[in-house]
Amino acid sequence: MESIVNIWNLGMKELRSIWSDKVLLVFVVLAFTLIVYTAGSAGSMELNNTPVAVVDEEQTALSGHIIDSLQQPWFLEPDHISFGQIDTVLDSGSHTFALVIPEGFERDMRTGRVTSLQLNIDATRMTQAFIGSRYIEQMVTMEVAEFLRRDSASAALPINLVVHASFNPNLEGTWFGGVMELITMITMISIILSGAALIREREHGTVEHLMVMPIRPFEIMAAKVWANGLIVMLAAIFSVMVIVQQVLGVPIQGSLLLFFFGALIHLFSTTAIGILIGTVARTMPQFGLLLILTIIPLQLLSGGITPRESMPDLVQNIMLAAPTTHFVSMAQAILYRGAGLEVIWPQMLALAGIGVVFFSAALALFRRHLSV
Amino acid sequence: MVDQCNADAMETEPVARLESISHYYGSRTALQNVSLDVPAGCMVGLIGPDGVGKSTLMGLVAGARELQQGRLQVLGGDMADSRFRSQAAPRIAFMPQGLGGNLYHTLTIDENIGFFADLFGLRGKNRANQIDRLLSATGLLEFRDRPAGKLSGGMKQKLGLCCALIHNPELLILDEPTTGVDPLARKQFWDLIDSIRAQQPIMSVLVATAYMEEAERFDWLVAMDGAAILDTGSPQELKQKTGTDTLDEAFIALLPDDRQETAGTNPKTAAPTVVSADDIPAIEAHNLTLRFGDFTAVKDVSFTIPKGEIFGFLGSNGCGKTTTMKMLTGLLTPTEGEVSLFGAPLDSRDLSTRQRVGYMSQSFSLYSELTVRQNLVLHAKLFHIAPERIQPRIDELVDEFDLADVMDELAGDLPLGVRQRLSLAVAVVHSPELLILDEPTSGVDPAARNSFWRLLLRLSREDGVTIFISTHFMNEGERCDRISLMHAGEVVACDTPAALIEQAGAENLEGAFMQTLEAAIDPSTSQGDGKVLGSDSASQPRHRRFSWQRLLAYARRETRELLRDPIRMSFAFIGSALLMMILGYGITLDVEDLPFAVLDQDQSPQSRDYITAVSGSRYFIEQPALSNVEELERRMQSGELSLALAIPPGFGKDIKRGQSADIAVWVDGAMPFRGETIQGYIQGLHFSYLKDLALRTYGAVPTLSLVTIESRYRYNQDFRSLDAMVPAVIPILLVFIPAILMALGIVREKELGSITNLYVTPVNRLEFLLGKQLPYIGFSMLSYASLVLLAIFLFDVPVKGGVLTLTLGALLFVTATTGLGQVISAFASTQVAALAATAIVTILPTIQFSGMTEPVSSLEGAGAVIGQFWPATWFLQISRGVFTKGLTFADLQYSFLILAAFIPMLTLMSVFLLRKQGR
Repeated sequence: MESIVNIWNLGMKELRSIWSDKVLLVFVVLAFTLIVYTAGSAGSMELNNTPVAVVDEEQTALSGHIIDSLQQPWFLEPDHISFGQIDTVLDSGSHTFALVIPEGFERDMRTGRVTSLQLNIDATRMTQAFIGSRYIEQMVTMEVAEFLRRDSASAALPINLVVHASFNPNLEGTWFGGVMELITMITMISIILSGAALIREREHGTVEHLMVMPIRPFEIMAAKVWANGLIVMLAAIFSVMVIVQQVLGVPIQGSLLLFFFGALIHLFSTTAIGILIGTVARTMPQFGLLLILTIIPLQLLSGGITPRESMPDLVQNIMLAAPTTHFVSMAQAILYRGAGLEVIWPQMLALAGIGVVFFSAALALFRRHLSV
Repeated sequence: MVDQCNADAMETEPVARLESISHYYGSRTALQNVSLDVPAGCMVGLIGPDGVGKSTLMGLVAGARELQQGRLQVLGGDMADSRFRSQAAPRIAFMPQGLGGNLYHTLTIDENIGFFADLFGLRGKNRANQIDRLLSATGLLEFRDRPAGKLSGGMKQKLGLCCALIHNPELLILDEPTTGVDPLARKQFWDLIDSIRAQQPIMSVLVATAYMEEAERFDWLVAMDGAAILDTGSPQELKQKTGTDTLDEAFIALLPDDRQETAGTNPKTAAPTVVSADDIPAIEAHNLTLRFGDFTAVKDVSFTIPKGEIFGFLGSNGCGKTTTMKMLTGLLTPTEGEVSLFGAPLDSRDLSTRQRVGYMSQSFSLYSELTVRQNLVLHAKLFHIAPERIQPRIDELVDEFDLADVMDELAGDLPLGVRQRLSLAVAVVHSPELLILDEPTSGVDPAARNSFWRLLLRLSREDGVTIFISTHFMNEGERCDRISLMHAGEVVACDTPAALIEQAGAENLEGAFMQTLEAAIDPSTSQGDGKVLGSDSASQPRHRRFSWQRLLAYARRETRELLRDPIRMSFAFIGSALLMMILGYGITLDVEDLPFAVLDQDQSPQSRDYITAVSGSRYFIEQPALSNVEELERRMQSGELSLALAIPPGFGKDIKRGQSADIAVWVDGAMPFRGETIQGYIQGLHFSYLKDLALRTYGAVPTLSLVTIESRYRYNQDFRSLDAMVPAVIPILLVFIPAILMALGIVREKELGSITNLYVTPVNRLEFLLGKQLPYIGFSMLSYASLVLLAIFLFDVPVKGGVLTLTLGALLFVTATTGLGQVISAFASTQVAALAATAIVTILPTIQFSGMTEPVSSLEGAGAVIGQFWPATWFLQISRGVFTKGLTFADLQYSFLILAAFIPMLTLMSVFLLRKQGR
C-alpha cells in the first residue's frame, strides 16, 4: 500500500517535470501529429506515382492507347524519350521503367504475329520494379486485347482466379504508412522520455536524493514507467483518433480499446528499455548512440517496414525478443483485420513477458549504476 | 601589495566603464541599471553572494555575454561593436567560474596550454618559451603530461591562469578563482597573482570572490547585492564607513535593513547537549576505505559521533568528504570497513533507518521545475507523514525557515541562499534524528550563512539532532563541536577546533589547517619561481581575420578528446558495423516463404493438382488445410496466413467437362506492397499452371495473348535484395552517427562551459565550426571505409563503379551530415534536446523519403519536398549508382553538384545561428 502511494506521488512529480520541459513537449507533439501525418500522406510502398519513360517508335493509335493506360495514381504521366536515352534515364534514376514500343507493332498485332515489347527495369528499386512490371504487363495485354476487339483473354480460360485483398481492398499505402509511423513513434518517444528522465535526475543529483529517502528503486522505476507511459499513451490516442482516423481517413477495422490496451502493455516494455539504456549509459552522448543502436533495429526489423517471413531465420528469432515485433503484428491484426482478443492474446502475453524481463534487468542494474 | 594602483586618482582612463547596464535572463534580473568605472592597473574585487550579478558583470566586461542595455567601454573601445571585440579579445583574458571551467579535462596540461597558445596566434620559439615560462612559474612544469581532469583543484586553477595569461593580457578577469580550493592552494594562487602584477604593473585585474578574507588583499572593492552595487572603495574605506572590524561584518552592514535582520552577528556556539555515557553513538565509522579502480578516494577513515553533536568535516574539493558522506547514507558501499547508525550496522536496503536520517547533497538536488510548496508536499508524502499532519508540518517549516514569501515560486528560480534554506527544510521534513549536510553553504553570502547556522544550532541544541556537516569555510568549522580535517582521502586531524588551533600553535583554524596540510603534503608540489612574463612579452601577434592555426587548434583538440573517449569511439565504430550487419541481413524486400492454406471443398485429383502447383513454388509454404470459411477468416485475421485459396465443390468435374471454374483467393492486404507482391506471384503461378494443364491435356500451349513483355531487369539481374539494400544502408548509417556526434560535440561545450573559449578568444565562428567538424569528418570516413569493406567482403556486394567516385561522394556526404548536426546544435542548449531533435529530424526523412525503398519521384506531399532537400537522397543515388549500376563521376555529376551545394548552405546556416557571445 505504501509502495503504491509512493509510486503515485513520484509519478505525479514526473508528470510535472515533463510539463515544465516545453521543448521536449513540442517534440512529442510534433512526433505524433506532423510526422505521423507526413509519413501517412507520403504514400507508402505500394505502386504510386511510378516514373515511366516510353520509347514510342510506332506513334499509332495502339501505342497511344498503351501509353495512356499508364495512369495516375499508379504511374506518373509517361515521359517520351528516344531509344538512345534509355540508359541515361535509368542510370540517373529519374525513371524506374523504360518501355519500348517497336515500329510496326500495330501491324504485327493485326496480322496476328506474336510480338514482344521490351521493358527495361531498374531492379535496384525492388518493390516498385516487381509490382510495376506486373501492372505494365497487364495494361499492355488488356489494351491489345481490346484493340483487337476480342473478348477479354481471361474469359476463355478454364480456371478463373478471383482475387480479394482482404482488410485493405485497394491496397492503399496511406493506411499503412501512417499507422506504422505511429507505432515507431510510440516506441521511440517512450524510450527517449523514460531514459532521458532518468539521466536528467542523475545529472541534477535528484536520484541520489531519492535513494536516501524511504523509497525502493522499484518504486522510482515504476513511477517513471507509468508517468512517461501515460504521456505517450495520451499522445497515441490523440494521434489515432484525430490524425489517423480523421485527417488521413484510414478506416479502423477492430476495437480501438483493444489496441490501446495492447499499446499500454507495449509501453510497459519500451519504458523499461528506456530506463535500462539510461542506467547503462554514463553520459548523454553514450545514451544517444545506444538509443540509435536500439531504435533502428527495433523499427526496421519489427516487420513494420518489411515482411518478417523474408528475414533470415536467425534475425526472425532474435527479433522475437523485441517488443516491437509483437506490437506491430498485434496492431496490424487489430487495426486492419479487426481481430479480437481471442486472436491476439499470444502477442499480448509475449509483450507482457518481455516487459517483465526488461523491467527486472533495469531494476537489477539500477542501484548498482546509479549509486556510484 | 602592489602600489601602482591609485584608485582615487580617477584622472587616468578607467579600464572599463559601465553606464546604466541592465541584464536579464528571461524574467530574472541579473543586473539592474549598474554604472561603474573600474580603475586601471588595480586589483579590483567584486564581493557579494552568488547570484547577485557578479558573474554576469564579469562576463559582460570580458565580452563573453551579449550586452542588453546600457553602454560598456572596455580598454577604450565599445564592447557592443563586434569589430572592436575581435580586436580587443587578445588583450583581455577571462577565467570563468568553476574549477577548470575553460579547460578540457581529458587533455594534458601541455595540450591545454598549447591549445590556447594557438588560439592567440603564438608561433615557433616564442610559443615554446612562453609555455615553458608559465609552467615553471606556476610549478606545473613537471606535471605537464598529466590530464587536466586529474589535477587537484588548486593546480587546475593555476593551469587555468596559465591559459589565461598565455597572451600577456592587459585586463585579467578571474571569476571566483579560488572557490573550492584548499586554503594552502588559495594562498599560493594569490601569491602568484601578486608576483605577476609586480612584473606587469599596467595589468588590471578584476576578481570575484566569495571569501571575504581574500578580499582584504584587493586594492579596490565593489560590493554587490540584488543585481546592484551597494558600495565601492578600498577594504579600509568600506570598514571605516560601516564602522566594522572585518569585511564580513562590513558587507552585512552594507546590506539593506530588511536583509540585515535575518543576518545578525555570529551566532555563538552553545555547549552540546550532555550525552549520557551509555548512550549509543549516532554514527560510528570504522576504517572506511573506498576504491574506484586504482584510485583510492577514501582511505582508512574512522570516527564516532555522539548524539546531539555538530561534527564538521573540513577539506578542499576532491579530498573525499562527499564520498565519505555518501558511504554514511548508504549511497556508496565501502570497499572496506563498516558504518553503524544508531548502533545498528548500515543496511542500504533498510528503509526504516532512512526515516531517521536527513541528507542534503552538495549540489542543489531538489526538483527545480516544482514550486517550493510542491517540493515540500512531495517530500512530506514520500516520507509517509500522515495526510492530516502534512499541512501543519509544512506550516511549521515555512515559519521556521522563512519561506512564506516564495511558496509558489519555482525552486529553480530562487536565489541560492533561499534554495539552501529550502533544501534544509526538505531534509528535516520528517524530523530526522541525524542530519548529513554536504557543503550546504558553499556559494551562499555571509548573511545567509549566519542565518543558516542559527537554524542548525537550534536543531542541534533544542531538538537534539545530530549534525554531520562538511564545509570549506574555516569560520564555519570553528562553530562545530568537533571537526575533522581531511586531505587526499585521509583524516589528518580530528578534535575540537580550539584543541586543533592549540596543537598547531596557530592563531586561528585556517592557520591550523594550513600547517597540518603543509606537514601532510608532498613537498614536490612546488611553488615555481613566479617569473611569468618574459622580455619578449611585448611581441603581440597581429590579429588575423581568419587563421588556419586557430581552426587546426580546434580540430586537433577535438580529435584528442575523441580519441580519449574510447566508449564513444567504439560505440560509434562497432555500432555502425553492427547496424550494417543487422540491416543488411535483416531488411529484405524479397517476399518469400509466405504461409498459405487451402479450403478444398472439392477434394478431387484436379483440386489437389492445383494445390501442389502452388505449394511447389518457393514463394509459398503450405499450412494445415482449412475446414470452413470461419476458420479461414480467423486464421487470416491473426496474420497466420498471408494467402488463402478456396476451391469450390465440383471444381474437378467442371474442368473435365470443359466448363470454366472459379477459384477464390484471399490476400492479406494489411501490408500493401506485400499484398501486391502476393497477387503478382499467385497470378503468375496460375498462368503457368494453365499452360501446363493445356500442354498435358491438348499437347499444345494456346496463344493467350499476341503480346508478351520482355522484361530486362537491369543492374540487379538476380533481383537480389541484398544488392539493392546494402548500398542504401551505407548512406543511412552515415547520417545518424555523424550528425549525432557532431551535434553533441557542440552542445556538450555549451553544457560544460568551455564554449566560453569561443566567446572570449580571437577564434571566430567559422574557425570554431570547421575546426570541430574536421575530426568528425575524418572519423566518419573511417567508418565509411569499414562499411564498404563489410559490403564487399561480408555481403559479397561488388562495387561495379569506381571506388574513388564513391569515396568522393561519401566525403561530401559526411561533410553535409556533420553540418546538419551543427545546425541542429544551434537550436539545442541541452544534450537531451540535441539528441531528441537529431533522432526525430533525421530518422524519418532518411528511411522514408530518401528513396531507400521507393524513388523520391514517387513520393507525394511534404515527403516529396523533404526528400529533395535531404542530402541522403543524393548520396543514395551515388551509392546505388556506383555500387550496382557501375556509373562514373560524369554520369552522377548532377547528384554530386547538389550534394556539394548542401555543404556551404549548412555551414552558413550554422555560422549564422551560432552565437559569438553568451546571453
